[in-house]
Amino acid sequence: MSKKNYVFVIPCSGIGKSLGTVGRKAAYKVVEELRPRPTRTTCLALLTVGDEETLKEVREHPCISIDGCPAKCAQKNIEASKGRLMKSLMVTDTLRRHKELRPEGVIELNPEGCELANLLAEEAAKIVDEILESRD
Amino acid sequence: MSIVKNKVGIVSCSGEEIPEGTISRIATRIVLEKLRPEETVTICLPLFLAGGEGERAFARVFPTITVDGCEKRCAEIGTKKYSGRPAATIVVTDILKKYPNLKLGHRDELSAEEWEFTENVAEELAMKVGEVLGNGKELGGNGETCQKAER
Repeated sequence: MSKKNYVFVIPCSGIGKSLGTVGRKAAYKVVEELRPRPTRTTCLALLTVGDEETLKEVREHPCISIDGCPAKCAQKNIEASKGRLMKSLMVTDTLRRHKELRPEGVIELNPEGCELANLLAEEAAKIVDEILESRD
Repeated sequence: MSIVKNKVGIVSCSGEEIPEGTISRIATRIVLEKLRPEETVTICLPLFLAGGEGERAFARVFPTITVDGCEKRCAEIGTKKYSGRPAATIVVTDILKKYPNLKLGHRDELSAEEWEFTENVAEELAMKVGEVLGNGKELGGNGETCQKAER
C-alpha cells in the first residue's frame, strides 16, 4: 500500500461529555494500535478554523467521523470542509448495542467507557479495511 | 443580548493530534469540575461551525478565555471568527517554555510529570478566570487548590 493511501479517523472534540471521550479514545485505538499504518487523525479544530493544509488533506483522503452526541460536530465539520466523508460513526449507536457499558468521566473514563471505546474502535477498523479494499 | 457577568466561558482547542491538545482539554476540565465549578462553562469548539446561532452567541453571552495547545491557536481564532473576541487567552506551548526539562510523550495517556504540568496550566487558567471576574485570588468554591483536588 502506498504511503499516500491512508484514511483519516476524526473524532469530535467532545470536551463536555463522556461520550466525546469515548469517541476520541476509539480514534486513538484505531490509529495507534489497530490500523497504525493506513490511518491518521487530525485536530478537528483545524477544520473549524479552515486550516488550508488540513482542508487539502481531508479533501484528498477518505475520512471516518466519530461523534459523541447528536450535534455531530466531526461529521458536520468534515462536510463543511468538503472532505471525503466515507462513514459517520456515533458513540451512541455502539452504546445502544452494549447498554451495559455506560461511560462515565470526562478527564478519566471508567472501565465500561474504555471497553465501549475498544468496541467502537474495532467497528472503525473494519470500515478502514473496507475503504482500502474498495480502492485496491 | 446581555452578557453574563458572573460566569466565564472557556473554549479549549480540540487538539486530538498532539499532547498539548490533551493538556488543554484536561486543564479546562479541571477548572470546570474542581477549581471554578460555579463560575465556568464550556462549549466544544467545533460546535461553532456545526451548531447554530445559539452556539455562535457563546462569546457574546459569556466573557471568554481560550485555551490552545499550540501556536496555531485554533480556539482563539475560531472564537474570534464565529463568536466574539475572547477576554483572555492561554497557549500551552508558551507555558511549556517555563519547563525546559519536560518532554511531552503520548497524546492520550499523560505521565505523572505531565499531569503535574497540566494541573499548573489549570491553575493559571483558574487565575485568569478570577481576573476576568474581578475576584482573582481564591481557587474553587472552597479555596481548594489544584494539587488537593482528586482526579
